[in-house]
This record gives sequence, structure tokens and C-alpha cells, in this order.
Amino acid sequence: MELSGAEIIAQFLDDEGVEYLFGYPGGAVLHIYDALLQADKVKHILVRHEQAATHAADGYARSTGRTGVALVTSGPGMTNAVTGIATAYLDSIPLVVITGQVPTGVIGSDAFQEVDSVGISRPCVKHNFLVNDVKDLAETLKKAFYVASTGRPGPVVVDIPKDVTDPNIKIPYSHMPSIEMRSYNPVTKGHPFQIKKALELMLQAKKPVFYTGGGVVLSNASASLCSLVRQLGFPITSTLMGLGAYPSSDEQFLGMLGMHGTYEANMAMHDTDVLIAVGARFDDRVTGHLEKFCPDAKIIHIDIDPSSISKTVKVDIPIVGDVDDVLTTMLEMLKDDSKETSLKVEKSSCDQEIKDWWKQIKVWRKKNCLRYNKKTKTIKPQYVIEKLHEVTKGDAYVTSDVGQHQMFAAQYYGFDEPRRWINSGGLGTMGFGLPAAMGVQLAHLDKPVACVTGEGSIQMNIQELATCMQYQLPIKIINLNNRYLGMVRQWQEFFYEGRYAMSYMDSIPDFVKLAESYGHVGMKIDKTSDVEDALKEAFAMKDKLVFIDFITNREENVYPMIAAGKGQHEMQLAPDSELV
Amino acid sequence: MRHIISILMENESGALSRVAGLFSARAYNIESLTVAPTEDPSLSRMTLVTSGSEEIIEQITKQLNKLVDVVKLNDLNVSGVKHIEREMMLIKVKAPVSARDEIMRLSDIFRGNIIDVTDDAYTVELTGTSDKLNAFIASFDCDSILETVRSGVMGIARGSSSLHL
Repeated sequence: MELSGAEIIAQFLDDEGVEYLFGYPGGAVLHIYDALLQADKVKHILVRHEQAATHAADGYARSTGRTGVALVTSGPGMTNAVTGIATAYLDSIPLVVITGQVPTGVIGSDAFQEVDSVGISRPCVKHNFLVNDVKDLAETLKKAFYVASTGRPGPVVVDIPKDVTDPNIKIPYSHMPSIEMRSYNPVTKGHPFQIKKALELMLQAKKPVFYTGGGVVLSNASASLCSLVRQLGFPITSTLMGLGAYPSSDEQFLGMLGMHGTYEANMAMHDTDVLIAVGARFDDRVTGHLEKFCPDAKIIHIDIDPSSISKTVKVDIPIVGDVDDVLTTMLEMLKDDSKETSLKVEKSSCDQEIKDWWKQIKVWRKKNCLRYNKKTKTIKPQYVIEKLHEVTKGDAYVTSDVGQHQMFAAQYYGFDEPRRWINSGGLGTMGFGLPAAMGVQLAHLDKPVACVTGEGSIQMNIQELATCMQYQLPIKIINLNNRYLGMVRQWQEFFYEGRYAMSYMDSIPDFVKLAESYGHVGMKIDKTSDVEDALKEAFAMKDKLVFIDFITNREENVYPMIAAGKGQHEMQLAPDSELV
Repeated sequence: MRHIISILMENESGALSRVAGLFSARAYNIESLTVAPTEDPSLSRMTLVTSGSEEIIEQITKQLNKLVDVVKLNDLNVSGVKHIEREMMLIKVKAPVSARDEIMRLSDIFRGNIIDVTDDAYTVELTGTSDKLNAFIASFDCDSILETVRSGVMGIARGSSSLHL
């Protein structure tokens, strides 16, 4: 088959089984767009801003586990996409972003819409390529998909100059089923000796805790994690990124840990003697003050990325490998009694201590740290999230933006399955929620998708309401509108003596009219008693995007909170006066 | 502690900027960096001199290994590895008639070669450890040195152990 560069891209995406391509056309990618008209399978989704293309591809990837793909033009198209690329990078999401470039002959001449895309993206991609010759195009695209989706996943940028896609230059093309790279061989199998050592330590633990993160979701290790945790009977807590990998409704689950984690999760972390970190990276929002982090614990760390191990917290037993592979090996070792693998520890040697540990955890749980006053007239944001869970029976895909609403969603939705909670954890990108929800909805056309957001974040990518109309995406936007940049205001209340510099949202649009102007349904709800009915009504409209503007309690704070510089056990809980 | 890290990378455009970018993004030190193609033109060999605590050096090697273009690397300053290191310098000094004999003597003592001679300046080529080059520089007044150019350190392990594919 003889194809031009542009046709190779279209044919390659079809051959690779790409379902959706999120993009925005421009001069440098016109040949590609022309060729895409002939593509059989890949469907192009026209966003309204390139940042949204990358977030939508990202939401697609997070909710399916498959690589998300975006296409943008050179110059401003590429720079607009950078925030989305960095968002995916910080959360290790597999993304391939094809960026147009000015023709090879004028690269470096400050041509119209030229930027050094490879240079700009280099610090926030797993890898990037500049394709100088159409003969390298197919192989480079194959490498990009391979690198993005294997090992610790991440975004890969492929920068393609316009002349490389010239419709008049045709070369032979055939799809490569697989590719090898001598410089890139990610480890997947954990070392059996290390795994055995870790298991022996776990079986001697008196106060063990599993601390699991986004790596469990990325590795599709939810089933093996659940088996192992249940078999051992240990408590488990999760980072923001790992929520849903272990069911929140399970008795052994302590809730999220970290800055806005539960009292029981953070206290258990502080007191534990054996910490089992699985696919988590000891982020500063999790550890709090490093010197006060898990002072008595021996630490086991399972991670596919060697550079995650002992990066900030020194680890006692590192295991480099794919999380699912390592956990499955652990389960096999626990079952297997043959001589070579038999563990040197009696499986039930610490039964009594584990029972005592659970007794202690129950005492912490009694604090009921997520309790709030439900009898207020003004709407509590926590209440909206709890009702959202009820009305969707916990079965929705929930995306969020960044701020207080994100923490409330994480704390109160109660995710029971992986890939249901879609948020920008690492980079903390406001404006992520709505475009991500588009990718999620396209991947799961018959499932309820809610975008939990605030009046600050939603305005960062509000233009995507048009994309939602064009492709009939029935997302439910849950706007927790407190007329403040809530998280900024909370920090200003706590740490700046209540001086609210620029955290006040003025000139907020009428979201009902705004949604209607795009052709969607808008609702404004300002009474607690109306919350449940509004949600029911919205989710009953299965083919409509509904924007529900919940006017919430203005100065609500997210509790518990570990302030900067504090240890895990030094949480600030909600004052009793707010809990009447 | 000072470490010499030898890196084999794909000889592709931008490979050098990935390493340099990594060091600036993560605030690691680079004392020197040399790079050139090897006998296999598809591979570049880079020698990087850095310093930091053991934890930092461990992170540096892990982060370098994580770069997709890095094929293989060796830390020459780990226990059990003996290595040789060399650096080359070209130094141009003022050479009035009264100083010429002394410059030639110094050059001989340090086993340098005078590779350019004009009426008023000599250029000396010198190879050795960084300390040796520093000592040579220190044997001149600042005023008499016109220019120095150093290659940065190259290192190689002793014996038959080698960094190759």
C-alpha cells in the first residue's frame, strides 16, 4: 500500500484500533485532517480549545485503560495542549499527542505558528519525537504508542512537520504488529526474593497498613489487591489517585489518607509498624512533614518505576515491578507450601496483635471525622456529593476539577470500582473536569457521567459545553457554587488571618442561562430540600447535558486537614460548633 | 561525593538536551559533561561529572536510566569499580622572551605539549586528571593566562569490564 504521510497517520490510527481522536485543526495539520476524512474507524471529536483535546483524551484513557490520542496544530495549538500533557504526565496517563509543525525547511526561522514543540514539552512528557522524514513516520508512531502505554505510562508527543504529511509524496506502508527498542525495556516482573522478604515482614506485622495509589488502577490490579488485603485481614487506605481500586464500602477500607484524609487513615499511617505501599509515590500531600511520616514503620514499596523508590522516603524492602504481577505472585506464595517458596513465618503468628490493631482503629473511627451538619438550610457541598452517590447508586463515573469540590467528591462519593474517579491529582489542573468528562462519556456512552466542579474551575474550560452539544454528551455538571475560590479562601482563612485576596468570585455568569444558550438544560438549586429531587430529575434526562448550579454554603471548609509542616497525626478536625 | 557517570545513548538529535534538561529540572549539579559518537555511529557516549549525597546520586542514575534514549549507564564511583579519568586542556599563556624557558620547563614537568607558538603567546596542550590541570593553571599568574579550554572529564573502567551493548 502506497500512502502519503497524512494518509499513514489516518491509516495507522485505524490499524492501532484508536476509537477517538480529540483535536482541533490548523495550518500545519491540514493535510492530516484531509486524510482523516477517509479514515474508517477512528472518530474525530472537535473540541473548542486544544487544552480540552488533551484532557478529553486523558479522561478517555483513565476510564478505559487504553491510550488516549489528541491531534493539535503547531504553535499555539501545541502550547495550549501543554497543560493537558503535563496533567497526564503527573498522573502517569498513557497519551499520544500528535502536534503539527512548520515544514522541515523553515524550522528554526521563527516561521508563522512555529514553536519548539519538542523543547517545550520535553520536561512534561515520558518521551517525544520529531519526525524529519516520512519514511520514519509509521515506526515513530508505533514507538509512541508503545512507550506511552507500557512501563510507567505517560504522555508522548509526536511532532510532525507539514512537509512530512505532503499528500504528493507516497511511500509503502504496512502496519507493524509490535516494536522493540533497545533503549527501552521496562521491568514488569518483581524479584521473587524481594517479594518473599516482603511477605515475611507482612506476616510478622502487628500494626500493618496497606497504602495504595494510582499505580494499582494503572496496572489493573484491583482484583489481586482485594484478594490479598482480604486474605491478610489488614486495614487499607488509598491516595486520591487510587480511590476505587479497593471498594470504599468495605469494612477494611479506612478512607483516603493525606492532607484531607480521614482521621483513622492518617492515625493508622502514623502508628503502623509495617507500611505496604503499593503503586503510590509518597507525594507531599500524602506524607505531610517528612520527618514525622510513619515514624515506627518498616516500609515495603511496590512500584514499576525504580526512580519512585526511596525518592523522598527511604524504603526498607523495594520491589520494582508491575503491581498486578507482584500482588499475584504474593497470592501464589501464600498459597504455595512447596519447599523452595515456603515462607519462614507462621501465617497466623500475629492474629492477636492484628485484632488489637483493629480495636484501636475502631476507636479512631468513632471520631466520625467526615460528619457534618446536614440540617442547614443552605446547601452543604458534602450533602450534594452524598446524594449524588445515592441517586447514581454509586455507579457513575465522576470527574472533578480542582479545589474543595474535588476533596468533597473524593471523601463523600465512596468509589467501589477502579477507573470511576477521574481527577487531576498530581498537577491539580483547574479546567480538567468537563473535557475529561467528555472523554469518559464517549468511552462509556450508556453510563452516567458526573462532572463535579465549582464556579471557578468550570469557567476555565466552559467553552466545551459546545463540544458536548455537538456530540450529544449527556454529562451531568454538578457545580458547587460558593462564590469563592473555596480552597484558596480556606487557606487564607487558616493561614492569612482571613484576608481574602482575589479568592472572591465576582461577576459570576447565570449558569442556567449559559447552559441554555448552548442548548443544554440548566437548573439552579439553593435549598437543601431540593437537592435530591434535582439530581433525580437531571439523571432521568438520559440524553441531555444538565448543568446543576448548586448554591452552597459560602465558607464551608474541607476537614480533616493536615496543615503544611504538620505530621499525619496532627490533623485539624471540624470544630464541634459546626457539627450540631 | 563526586561521581563520574558514563552513559550510552541513542545518537539522536535532542538526546543531549534531555540529559541537560533533567539536571536543571531536578536541580542536580553538573560539574562537567562531554559527549561524542562512539565506534558505533548510532550510539553516543556521554561522561557526566556530578556530586551529591548517596541518595541524590541514586536518584540521578535512576532518572537517567528512565530517559527513553538512554541505552545503558555506569557509575564509575561505586565500590568494586576502579576507573581511570582524564581531562584535556588547551591553555594559552603570554610568552614574553623572559618567560619562555619557564613555560617550556613547566610544560615538560606536566608532560604537556606546546602546540602553538607566536611572538607573544604559547598554547600548551595538557592531559591528565582534573587536579593535575588545576595544578598547572595554578603555576601561572592569573595575568599571564590568556585563555583556557577544558574538555571536561572522560572516564573508563579499569580491566576488561566495559560499557557496551
